[in-house]
Amino acid sequence: MSDAVSFDKASTEAGTDSQVVIPISRSSTAERVLSIVVPVFMVLLAIAAWQAHIMINQVPRYIMPAPLDVVNALFTDWGTLAPSLLVTLRITVMALGIALVGGVGLAIILVQSRWIELALFPFAVILQVTPMIAIAPLLIIYMPDTQSALLTCAFVVAFFPILSNMVAGLKSVDHNLLNLFELYGASRWQTLIHLKLPSSLPYFAAGLRIGGGLSLIAAVVAEFAAGSAGKGSGLAFRLLESGYRLNYPRLYAALVLLMMTGVAIFALTSLISWAMLHRWHESALKREN
Amino acid sequence: MRHVSKLFSNGTLALKDMSLDVQRGEFLSLLGPSGCGKSTALRIIAGLGAPSSGTIDWPSSQISKKGLPEGDVGFVFQEPTLMPWQTVWGNVYLPLRLRGVSKADANPAIMEVLASVGLADFTKSYPRELSGGMKMRVSIARALVTKPKLLLMDEPFAALDEITRQKLNDDVLRLWRETGITVIFVTHSVFESAFLSNRIVVMRARPGQVYADLPLETSAVRDENYRTSEEYRVTTDTVSRALQEAIMRGAQTK
Repeated sequence: MSDAVSFDKASTEAGTDSQVVIPISRSSTAERVLSIVVPVFMVLLAIAAWQAHIMINQVPRYIMPAPLDVVNALFTDWGTLAPSLLVTLRITVMALGIALVGGVGLAIILVQSRWIELALFPFAVILQVTPMIAIAPLLIIYMPDTQSALLTCAFVVAFFPILSNMVAGLKSVDHNLLNLFELYGASRWQTLIHLKLPSSLPYFAAGLRIGGGLSLIAAVVAEFAAGSAGKGSGLAFRLLESGYRLNYPRLYAALVLLMMTGVAIFALTSLISWAMLHRWHESALKREN
Repeated sequence: MRHVSKLFSNGTLALKDMSLDVQRGEFLSLLGPSGCGKSTALRIIAGLGAPSSGTIDWPSSQISKKGLPEGDVGFVFQEPTLMPWQTVWGNVYLPLRLRGVSKADANPAIMEVLASVGLADFTKSYPRELSGGMKMRVSIARALVTKPKLLLMDEPFAALDEITRQKLNDDVLRLWRETGITVIFVTHSVFESAFLSNRIVVMRARPGQVYADLPLETSAVRDENYRTSEEYRVTTDTVSRALQEAIMRGAQTK
């Protein structure tokens, strides 16, 4: 099929403006290479500028470490940082997982009836608008241990965008398709599985990307607010600790780890949404003109 | 269909006391100005929304517990109404899937119906890769895959260009001849209804009612030549006049 269509396109385009066609096909490879080279180069340039600034102005290490010092700290302090990274990662991933299950599950329940929605939505909104940093110390008291308190904080923050996106997605199903399913006598369950869930995948993908980033931020913020110490403490604690000790290279190393975690989560959630949508949804497609 | 009325919740009386008998194997067009309730009538026949009063009677042998002849109705909407996340094959599979037919069991029927609408080579394509006419063909294939006795079409080709529309009209006519299916075809095009049907029911608006019931000569071979024939011209004249009267009467009673 694609043969015939692309032939048609080429011939019609050639009729109107044949010069346009050739550069598009030639630049696509170059464009792809550049799209990787440009951002990588810019990041490297920024790091080099940072290193140059430290060296030229003789900035002392206890005010701002040079990139090389940070890399050095990453290796020498790996024994301290790695367990903390694992703690933060575990909280983030678990919070996101629970938020996904809870958000999608509650969204499905909410759209079943307007009354359920009216009854439950206030709680979801209240949870969302309450500043996490204000209730984190309370959660520490109420929860059996610090870990579950941090997990709860991260969950609450990641939960709402997933819930509200899913509710919007489940509600915006094509009415004609709903009619079609009714016509063929589809059960509620069949309509949910074969129609409502697949058609809300784009909304789910948006919720996933937002929730993924937020759960990491929330895991860190909650640890800042709630505090934790000794064994089982996350990267936020390492940030605070290094700050008190004026060990700035380690503080920066912890920051770098957090940033890389965030980037990895973003990349992963983007990849998942691409895998779900690239065959059919507009958001994952290149414009064809 | 007996004395069916439909009162919408916003107070609009879409249909008033409309009665219609449809014969088995008929190609019936519901023709009328926009807003005359022809789509509403079709939806009521399909069981999408109950009539405010009146009944739909089916031959007693076919009635299921839902009051509809189970699986015996295919519906083609104004838009193709395809699931964008499914391939052509998956879209046509839907009615069978909802009945619990396995993919392997469904495949022969799906391939057959796709071949009959000329889409055998496009099973793995996604709807976005298809033209408007091809999407409509998928929609028709989906309606036919259950081998229904009755096919309901709600202005299916209104959004297509004239050439595509004529091609699809030819195809629908051929499918109707081959399968012996009963078709109720809603349209606002005199030419389309005259070309396709062997009976045209002209409706008038506000409230929607049957204004004229015109049986057409069915003997003629309807192909390209028929579109330019004298017989076709006379038919369209007759139908146009009936439609014109229906519109005028509608305006007087308002």
